[in-house]
Amino acid sequence: MKIFLYILIGLAGGVLGGLGMGGGTLLIPLLTLFTGTGQHAAQTVNLVAFIPMSAVALAIHLKNRLVKWKYLLLVSLPALPAAVGASFLAKAVVGAKLGRWFGIFLIVLGVYQLAGVAIKFFKERKEKNMKKVAAGTEV
Amino acid sequence: MEKKQKAARGILTVAAGAAIGLTSGLFGGGGGMLCVPLLERVLKEETKVAHATAILVILPITAASAVMYIINGFFELTPVLSAGAGVVAGGVCGALLLKKLPAKLVAFIFSLLMIAAGVVMVLRK
Repeated sequence: MKIFLYILIGLAGGVLGGLGMGGGTLLIPLLTLFTGTGQHAAQTVNLVAFIPMSAVALAIHLKNRLVKWKYLLLVSLPALPAAVGASFLAKAVVGAKLGRWFGIFLIVLGVYQLAGVAIKFFKERKEKNMKKVAAGTEV
Repeated sequence: MEKKQKAARGILTVAAGAAIGLTSGLFGGGGGMLCVPLLERVLKEETKVAHATAILVILPITAASAVMYIINGFFELTPVLSAGAGVVAGGVCGALLLKKLPAKLVAFIFSLLMIAAGVVMVLRK
């Protein structure tokens, strides 16, 4: 029975990931909150699942010539030692504590995204109003 | 001036790379949410290129983190296989839905969900 819950949660996280919304950031709390999966194990699920999914997406983007290779080394080289170091830090922390850190990380990302949406919304409304004013002078 | 700007951008990119690695290793994800704004805002790439290139850049970082988590003994077969299959299937659906859904509304709802999930995780127990 639990397997169906896993699949359902995976689907939800996958849809969001496919939409480009960072699906893993919701996949991990869904797994820990609703299936009792440990924080570390949930993070492993996200890391492993990302690889086949992004390989498919990358193949499509490569075909559409949307990928710029020049940033690969510049970003990935400093990231690799940081990722290995941070994974040992994650290992040293108990699951409950890591979960709380993750919660703070989620709140920061959520507020950042909310601010981005709000800024876009008001910018577009302003532009629309200005167009209305411009059109109004003609009528 | 031009040279200085280029150097500053390079340093910022390397620092952001380290930050992306840190979140990937510590939280098992979220690197893409840092990488896209880096490519868009700092390196001035257009949105579609930023999203596509972020996947390329994140892939080796995620693979390294995944190997570390497996070595450290956090791999559980059942959730990885079942939730993982869901993620791959859902990912294809999400990519297909991308053009059909109102992006701003989805981003708005998603950000509220993230904040809510974050609050629950912080307050739990």
